[in-house]
Parts: sequence; structure tokens; C-alpha cells
Amino acid sequence: MSNKVLMKGNEAIAEASIRAGLEGYFGYPITPQNEFTAYMSDHMPRRGRAFVQAESEVAAINMVYGASATGARVMTSSSSPGVALMQEGFSYMCGAEVPAVVVNIMRGGPGLGNIGPSQGDYNQATRGGGNGDYRFIVYAPSTVQEAVDLTYEAFDVSDRYRNPVLILGDGALGQMAEPVVLPEDREPGRKEDEGWELTGPKDRDPRAVMSLRLAEGGLKKHNWDLAEKFERIAENETRYELTGEDYDTLVVSFGTAARVAKSSLRAVKEKGEKVELFRPITVSPFPYKQLAEAASKAKKVLVAEMNLGQMLFDVKVAVEGRVPVEFIGSPGGESFTPEEIEEKILSMK
Amino acid sequence: MAVVFKKPESMTDKTTIYCPGCNHGTIHRIVGEVLDELELRESTIGVAPVGCSVLLYEYFKTDIVEAPHGRAPALATGIKRVRPENTVFCYQGDGDLASIGMAEIMHAANRGEMITVIFVNNANYGMTGGQMAPTTLPGQRTTTTPEGRDVGYHGAPFRMAEIMAGLDPVVYSARVSVSAPGKINKTKKAIKKAFENQKNNTGFSFVEVLSSCPTNWGMTPLQGIEFVKNEMEGYYPLGEFKGGNK
Repeated sequence: MSNKVLMKGNEAIAEASIRAGLEGYFGYPITPQNEFTAYMSDHMPRRGRAFVQAESEVAAINMVYGASATGARVMTSSSSPGVALMQEGFSYMCGAEVPAVVVNIMRGGPGLGNIGPSQGDYNQATRGGGNGDYRFIVYAPSTVQEAVDLTYEAFDVSDRYRNPVLILGDGALGQMAEPVVLPEDREPGRKEDEGWELTGPKDRDPRAVMSLRLAEGGLKKHNWDLAEKFERIAENETRYELTGEDYDTLVVSFGTAARVAKSSLRAVKEKGEKVELFRPITVSPFPYKQLAEAASKAKKVLVAEMNLGQMLFDVKVAVEGRVPVEFIGSPGGESFTPEEIEEKILSMK
Repeated sequence: MAVVFKKPESMTDKTTIYCPGCNHGTIHRIVGEVLDELELRESTIGVAPVGCSVLLYEYFKTDIVEAPHGRAPALATGIKRVRPENTVFCYQGDGDLASIGMAEIMHAANRGEMITVIFVNNANYGMTGGQMAPTTLPGQRTTTTPEGRDVGYHGAPFRMAEIMAGLDPVVYSARVSVSAPGKINKTKKAIKKAFENQKNNTGFSFVEVLSSCPTNWGMTPLQGIEFVKNEMEGYYPLGEFKGGNK
């Protein structure tokens, strides 16, 4: 395969994962990410790597958990209701500190909702629906190229911190085809033994991968350690984009919504308005400090999301009342039109 | 002095926390002996269930991963698919395997995953305090069947060894008991066969072991053994349902 190709988002992310040295994919079909599973079913066995179509999303994430406990590079992908079912596994994997990459190509909710692109899982992704104190690293790409690059990198980040990483896309990103430059093909296979992987206790003491911590004070310490780890992650891995320095209005938006907002910004600027975009690339850890600084230079902030205002909460936490924060939402499994955001910005004068 | 009886190499020196009369200790020991005899310890990754035997890593000198409720066969699938050179076994109770994890065991078996499953059936939920399990006998009293299990109201028990034997990709399915020395010997043969199959890449193997839970049954250890013999072995026939040496 040449390095620059026209690929559908789902397939491009799948190929990027394989190129990152993926050893096992475990998943369950759900629209709008089916091309992902189909791609894996074709390409993984052909390269002698593991593919299993699981009986459910619950089983899929637990296959990922088992395989990741051996130190292998593994992943699953799904869409909103399927990811909801995986929350049990996420909690265990964070508790047991194993790496893995999960892709959520979001659709409309709640419940079955529809299969249109949505950002309704922001809270599920950044807060998590599993039990206990745990955090995910969550990347929210807005183009197929960015999705490819972030996915490729996500495996390293996940390994580095032994914490699962979520790629948060949506039906638009998964279904659109764009030209992409694919990353270099890395050999799969075990990294150096780090002392925790389960490989069979030959010539060493037995190991356990677990989330159970019964000893008095043990769980408390573990949770403080996890919190400290997440602080390090926030320090080193927080990413965002700010499109310019001179603005009165700052639009805060992520993923596909940010992409639409960028088109709106061009039109609004042509009308003489000073407006720029702040786009969290990691929605967890959220760029609180960076947004606080950016917002302090604005007269007003607009949050645009394809939901009822889930990231809005984080933006308000960052802004801390220094400037007014307004909101435009599109919660029905549909994207905005650039005109809708344009009108909203102009109406805020 | 010659040593005639010793602890298996595959087991640690830890004292188990199991109740008096519980059979986990016996079944653990059998698994340990089999891993020793087949020289599998160094390649083995065990999957611990949720429930009384959640602390498997305290007792076995193998690698262990701890699964969420019922998901052990899914974890085992993931492990075996990326690390086929390892020996992978699940050790599950009846609530774990036949209730919350019914989907995972059925599908792992029906995919013919190259793993070994030890299924400990004590006819109730032990760790959570003796509630009805899918394997609770008709008429048996538990904390959630205070008048006894009424099949018309609560549903009927699952006979898992027979169900497993009915799936084409399963190569071995047996039900054994540890209620008497002769039966313990048969249990060891069955568990050994189940691990040999994996060693020889033959296929998915399943061993159901009938086991006593006197604490939750409100019995003495001896009464517990009698209940296994007289009641459980009556409802759950012992034998090799598939892949036996006949």
C-alpha cells in the first residue's frame, strides 16, 4: 500500500492500528463503525495476528483485557451503545493498569437513538460509566488524518502509562473518505519485559494482574497512585489547538463539531468579526489551564457541541466565570451546518 | 526419611482462606498436581473468577489474571489467541459460569477455544452468602429460595457438563465429584485429560466438579459431603459426556 491513500475513516484508523503493531483485535459489529471490524477480519488473520468476532461488547472488551494482561498490543472498536456495555471492562482495566486502545465511533443516543454522527458520549468517555475512581485518556480527532496519527500514537501512550486510551470519533469521521498519509509499519511483538506482563512464570516469580485490593489501606493507596498518574498524564499529554491569537469571541468545540465550526469562522471573519477556535484534542485530560488562559483574552466564549452541552461543563470550570459562556448544541445524531454556528456567533454581539 | 507425600510444586505455601469442609482446597491441589505432572506450570496463565476462588494468585505459582464476574472465558480467549504458546485455564464457580457468564462460556466453548475450564459447582453463591445459583437443586433452600427452589417459579437447574458436551467444538466434557477418595482419583484423571488436550492442541475441555459448601448450606462438613453424595450426584450424574477414554 502506498503511503498516501484515499480511505474511509473507519478503515484508515484500523490500518493505522495494524501499522502500530497490533497483535489482537476483538470486537462486535455495530453501526456506524462496521467497516472497522470488517477491515480487521480481513487484514489481521492475513498477517497472522488475532481477530475474534466476540459474542457481545462485554465479551470483546474482556478479550482485550485478557490479551492486554500478557503485554500484547490489542484493541477493540465500537459505537455508543456498545461502548456503554464495555464500561465494566474499562473499570477493571484501569484498576489492573493494563494498556489497550478503544475506538468509539459515536452515534445518536440515548438508547438505540439513531446511527447519525453525535457527540453524546462525551460524559461517558471522559467520566466513564464503570465503577470507581478511574480515568481514561481520550483523544477527539477532527479529520481522518488526525485520527490516523492519534491512533498510531495512542498505543505508545497507553503502554507508557499502562492506561487504556479512547479514540473518540463519530459517524461522520468514521464514514467520510479523505486522503491520508499512513504511518510507518511497525513489527508487532512483545516490548521489553517490564515486570508485570503475564507470559507464564518461566525463570521468574509468578505474577498477578488484578484490580482486587483487599489489604487495609491498599485500595486507598492504589487510587491515590492512579490519581497521581493521571496528573502526570495531564502534565505530559494534554493537547489542544488554538487557531489564532487575536479574538473577541472564542469558539470551543471538538471533533467533527470543531471541523464545522472552522468553516463558520471563515465566514464570520469575512464579516469583520474577531473570532478564533479553541479545540481540545485530548478531552480527557481536558486542557483546563490552556483554555483558562485563552478565554481570559476573550470577551465571550461559545461552546458548540453535537449534544446538549456536556463539554460545556468543563469549559465553564476552566473559564470560572471570567467571561460569559454561551452554548449551541445539536443533539439528534446530526451535525451543525456552518450557517447555524455563524448565526449564533453573530447573535452574541 | 523418604518423602512419600508433598505439596505440588505448582502451589504456594499460603494457607487457604476457605471454610471448613469446602472442597476448593482439594480441587486446587488436583490442578496443582496435574500442572506438575504435565510440566505446564511455567507456561500457565490462570484466569481467576469472582467469588470464593478470586484469590487464586495466592495459591498457585502460575501467572494469574483476575476476571470480572463471569467473563473468565472471554479473558482466556484473548490470552490464548495472542499467546497460543501459553497454557490457559479458567477456574469458575457456578454463579460465575452458569449465570452472569453464561454467554461467555457458551461462546468460548462453541468457538472451540484451546483452553481448559474447571467449573466448581456447589449449588449456590458461596462468596455472597448462599443465594440461589443456576445449579441450586429443586427444593433446595438458599437465602433467595427460603421455601426451597420451586422449578415452576424459579426455573430449572442447568446441567452444564451435558450442555457443553452438546456443542460440536467441545472435545472433552466431564462431571466429577470429590465426595470420596475413589471419586477424587477420577477427578484428577478428568482434570489431567482436560490439560493434556490443551497441551496436545486438541481443543476446548470442560470439567465440572461437584463441591460442598457446608457454611452456606447450614451443615457440618460431613453433612455437606453427604449432601453432595446423596442429593447433588443424584441430580447431576457423574461421568464423561464427551471425549472420554471409552
